[in-house]
Amino acid sequence: MDILDEVSRRLQEGDEEQVPALVRKALSQGKTAPEVLDKGLIAGMNVIGAKFKERELFLPDVLLAAKAMHAGIEVLKPHLAKEGLPSAGKVVIGTVQGDLHDIGKNLVSIMLKGAGFEVVDLGKDVPPERFAEAVEKEKAGFVGMSALLTTTMPVMAKVVEALKARGLKALIMVGGAPVSEEYAKEIGADLYAFDAASAVERAKALAR
Amino acid sequence: MIGFLERLRQGPLVADGAMGTMLMERGLKPGECPEAFGLAHPEALGEIARAYLEAGADIIQTNTFGASPLKLASYKLEDKTEEINRKAVEAARRAVAGKAYVSASCGPTGRLLKPVGDADPEEVLAAFKRQMKALLDAGADILCIETMTDLGEASLAVKAAKSLRPDVPVMATMTFDKTSRGFFTMMGVSVKKAVEGLKAAGADIVGSNCGNGIEAMVLIAKEMRTLTDLPLIIQANAGLPRLVGGKTVYPESPEFWAPKAKDLLAAGVSIVGGCCGTTPEHIRAIRDSVSRFRA
Repeated sequence: MDILDEVSRRLQEGDEEQVPALVRKALSQGKTAPEVLDKGLIAGMNVIGAKFKERELFLPDVLLAAKAMHAGIEVLKPHLAKEGLPSAGKVVIGTVQGDLHDIGKNLVSIMLKGAGFEVVDLGKDVPPERFAEAVEKEKAGFVGMSALLTTTMPVMAKVVEALKARGLKALIMVGGAPVSEEYAKEIGADLYAFDAASAVERAKALAR
Repeated sequence: MIGFLERLRQGPLVADGAMGTMLMERGLKPGECPEAFGLAHPEALGEIARAYLEAGADIIQTNTFGASPLKLASYKLEDKTEEINRKAVEAARRAVAGKAYVSASCGPTGRLLKPVGDADPEEVLAAFKRQMKALLDAGADILCIETMTDLGEASLAVKAAKSLRPDVPVMATMTFDKTSRGFFTMMGVSVKKAVEGLKAAGADIVGSNCGNGIEAMVLIAKEMRTLTDLPLIIQANAGLPRLVGGKTVYPESPEFWAPKAKDLLAAGVSIVGGCCGTTPEHIRAIRDSVSRFRA
């Protein structure tokens, strides 16, 4: 088996020990860091994402694969810095103010990283102004908001206002249990996603 | 009152409905900790319990869903664990005055167990024990472990309950999503694995709550019935929420529920109640179906 296929396969198994070892081996065999990232780690996460979307896999599989990916990226980092880090785009992400639920947001964050995005995760209970400040400071192309509660979802509209007030043009992504396509339109968001896998698919489509 | 499990053998029972929406009607603010609100407003807890009691509920749940110290820690309220749990049981007991069973709600800790997450099983077990000890000391009749998606965490909760008081009945319910390959929890637990795992951990009553409207719950109940002889409990949402003109609306009405509650009973469910979006009117509809079913 090709070494990069093996990286991908072990990543899909969530093997946190084998993935960094194989990444090292691939580099020693002359593969470039961007190659290992793209054809090994990201390729593996893509398979995980697709299977997760079809519910052939579940949250624990995704989280374990993400840990393996992270371990692989740690090995690649020094090499990527030399060759320049390829990025599909930069996303500022967080759960809106008043909401302490972050499983969904973390999942989107993981899958975005898996797809090659740079992610600035602001955590949970994030006030509108902090979203806007971070987007401005990071020069992010995307801002992602999550809410689990119907009571905190309206904060998303305030984040949109805060972005507008600063004249920021980042593409706005929203998601979470109570959020719908209609609500996204109503508040002027650019992208609604039902689940983490579609969030990444749609973000990739917009990034092109 | 006779013992709960003995009572259950005589025929199906009615549980209560949603807590969160009832608290919001009484002043709970977005993002505010519902358990802390209950501690500050015991009269609201009494009103809600009485509303469901008057609607015909045989089982009244306490406002302690998020009152494990691990969950309360996200509001920096873990030091209030004992007080919150004790006072919530006391409020429910005062309101029902012996006319219904008080079921103490225990929801997930919000932490993921190792290796997927960072929580140690011992830490989670200890957290459940701390919450449950307070609930049991205050006189809860039943413990209800609910909205679980991870079988590991649910099993730890059941074991915590049984290690404290093996004689107190434990209900354990999980939340499933419909997929093209059947029902699974967010963490990938099938209905079969849930039933087997909860039983193995020592649950007296198993079932499902939240995540689905009542029609999908009928399917889940039918599947569970083929898997175990344990009594079943189902607490459905009033459908999945929609946003209409900036307001959250749950689509399933009490009128829609009445015949479906009958379907649940026909499928062999012993306890029918409501979860998100249900009201005392939904519970009245279930009461009516249960009373007719017995007649």
